[in-house]
Amino acid sequence: MKAYQGRGINNGIAFGAAFILKKAQHHIDDAPAQNPDGEWARFLAAKKEADNQLEALMEKTQRELGQDEAMIIDVQRMMLLDEDFDDAVRGIIYDGGHRAPYATNQAGTHFAAMFAAMDDDYMKARAVDVADLAGRLTQILLGVSTNLHLTAPSIIIAEDLTPSETLQMDKSKIRAFVIQQGSDTSHTAILARIMNIACIIQCDIPLDEAFSGQEMAVDGAAGICYLVADDATRANLLEKQKNDEANKQQLLEMKGLPTITADGRTVRLYSNIGSPDDIPYVLENDAEGIGLFRSEFLYLGRDSFPSEEEQFEAYQKVAQAMGDKQVIIRTLDIGADKQADYFKLDAEENPALGLRGIRICIERPDIFTTQLRAIYRASAFGNIAMMFPMIASVWEVQHCNQIAADVRSQLVNEGHTIGKVEIGIMIETPSAVMMADELAKEVDFFSVGTNDLTQYALAIDRQNNKLDRFYNPHHPAVMRMLGAIATAARNTGISAGICGEMAADTKVTKTLIDMGFDKLSVSPAYTLALRKVIREIG
Amino acid sequence: MKELRHIITDELGIHARPAAHLVKRCSAYESEIMIGTPAKMVDAKRIMGVMGLGLKCGEEVTMTFNGPDADQAILDLQAFLKENL
Repeated sequence: MKAYQGRGINNGIAFGAAFILKKAQHHIDDAPAQNPDGEWARFLAAKKEADNQLEALMEKTQRELGQDEAMIIDVQRMMLLDEDFDDAVRGIIYDGGHRAPYATNQAGTHFAAMFAAMDDDYMKARAVDVADLAGRLTQILLGVSTNLHLTAPSIIIAEDLTPSETLQMDKSKIRAFVIQQGSDTSHTAILARIMNIACIIQCDIPLDEAFSGQEMAVDGAAGICYLVADDATRANLLEKQKNDEANKQQLLEMKGLPTITADGRTVRLYSNIGSPDDIPYVLENDAEGIGLFRSEFLYLGRDSFPSEEEQFEAYQKVAQAMGDKQVIIRTLDIGADKQADYFKLDAEENPALGLRGIRICIERPDIFTTQLRAIYRASAFGNIAMMFPMIASVWEVQHCNQIAADVRSQLVNEGHTIGKVEIGIMIETPSAVMMADELAKEVDFFSVGTNDLTQYALAIDRQNNKLDRFYNPHHPAVMRMLGAIATAARNTGISAGICGEMAADTKVTKTLIDMGFDKLSVSPAYTLALRKVIREIG
Repeated sequence: MKELRHIITDELGIHARPAAHLVKRCSAYESEIMIGTPAKMVDAKRIMGVMGLGLKCGEEVTMTFNGPDADQAILDLQAFLKENL
C-alpha cells in the first residue's frame, strides 16, 4: 500500500479507479528538424497509433450509439489516411525544415482553415473534425494524453485541471480529485465543493501511468490517498464513511426549515453554481435561491461565442427549475485565470489587473448585448436578477445600466415579455469598497466577491500557494472593508450579500450577519450546514 | 479516359459521410479517378480534396476514369452516385 499526502479541502471518503490525467502540453516549438527522415518516421508512427485509437473509438461508438455516429469517426480516420494531409506534413518537414509536431499542427491548421472558409455551414463545421484529428496526432507525438473519457467510477489524478477539462468529463463517474497543485480557491476545489466530493490539493502523488485503473481510496478530511489500501485501512475508511453518512443525516433534518437566527434575523441562504447541471445539487440541498450563476462556463470549453439562443436556453432552464426563487446571473467574468482562445485576448503581463470582467463587456458591447438580451428574455420564465463583476468606478455602473436599459426597451419593442430583473454589482475591488455609498445609489443590491476582494486588498495572488503564510482570510483590513460595504448598503436601503468562499466560513457567519449582510451564497453542499449554524446564532 | 456526369440531388450535397463512402469506393480501383467540376478537379481517392470541393445539391459533378479497370469503375460509381447523391 502506498500513501500520498496533500491538503484535503473537501471532506469525504471515496473509492474508485485511479485516472491519471497528464497535462496536455500545448507548447509546440518550431525548432528546426535535425533529421527530416526521422521526423517523417515519427509522423508515420503517430499516424498508426492515431488510427488504432480511432478504430477502437469507432467500434465503441458503433456499439453504444450506432452506425451513423460511428461514421463521423470513420471520416476522421479517412482524413488521417488522406494523402493530401500527408503531403502537407511532408512539405513542412522536408521543405520547411520543421519537426513532426509542428508540421502536424500546421497542416491541421491549414486544412481546418480550408473547411472554415467554405460557404457552407455543414462544411465549416468539419473544421472541428480536422482540428480534433490534428490535435490527437500532436498529442501522440508529444507523448501527452488528454483522454477525458471515464469508464468506471474514478479518482482523477492530475497536475491541475482546467475548467474546460472538467467540463468534458462525465461528472457522474468522478468520485474524487487528487491534484498536485491547486489552492483552496482553484477551479478544481470549487467544483469539488459543488459536487460535494473529496478533493486533495498540493498532493505529492506522481503522475505515474502505471497507477491507471488501480483501486484508490481517498480520505478528504485527512488529505491522504491510498493506492490499493490494505484491509485495515479500508475497514477504517469504511467506518469513517459510515460516520460521515450519519452526520449527513443530521443535516438533512435542516431541510425545509427557515434560515433565521435564534434572535429572529432572517438570512437568505443561496447557492453558487457554474452551469444548469448544478441545479439538482441546489434543490437537493434546499437553497433559497441562486446567488451566483457563473455565466462564463457557457463561454469556456468551446471555440466560438455562444449564441443568444443558446444562452437564453441555459438561463431559461435555470429560471424555470428554480420557480419563484431568485436566480442572480453574473454577467461574463472572463479574463485572468479563465480564458478562451476565440476571445482573442492579448497576453497580459498581469491578467488579474488586466482586461477582465466588466471591462471586456464595456470594450466589446456586442458580446455584452447578446448576453443581456438572453438574460432579459429568460426573465419571463422565473425570478431573474443580474450583476456586473469587477466594478471599480461609478461611471462603469451607469454605463452598463444604460446599455441594459437600451437592450430592455429594444426587446419590449420586439414584443418580448420581460420580468423585473434587479440589477446588482459585485464588490470585489478596494475601489468599489471606497465608493460603496455612491455605487449603492445606482443598483438594487451588492454581492461581495470575497476571493477577489481579499486578493486585491492584500495584494496576494490566490493561486500562489507560496503565499499561504501571508494570506489571512480574516485579515482585519478585509473585515473592515466588509463592514463598510454593509453599512453603505444599509444607509441606502439596498440588500448586501456575500458570494465568495467567506460566505461558507462558519467562523465568521455571526460577524457577517451582525454587520448587516442579509444574503449568503455558498456551494450547494454547504447550504444545510450553514443553515444549522445560522439557526444557532443569538 | 472515360467520363461521367451526375447532378447531385442530396440536399446536403457531398457531405462527409457520402464523401467517405465515395473515396472508399474509388480507392478499390487501380485507375486514376478524378472528381469535381470543369473548374476544379481533384483526386477522388483523397477525402480532404473531395470534401473541399463543397459540391452542393443541384450542381453537376464530373468524374473521370483513366486506367486498366476504368470500365468497371465507371459503372460502379455511376450506380453509387445515383443511389447516394
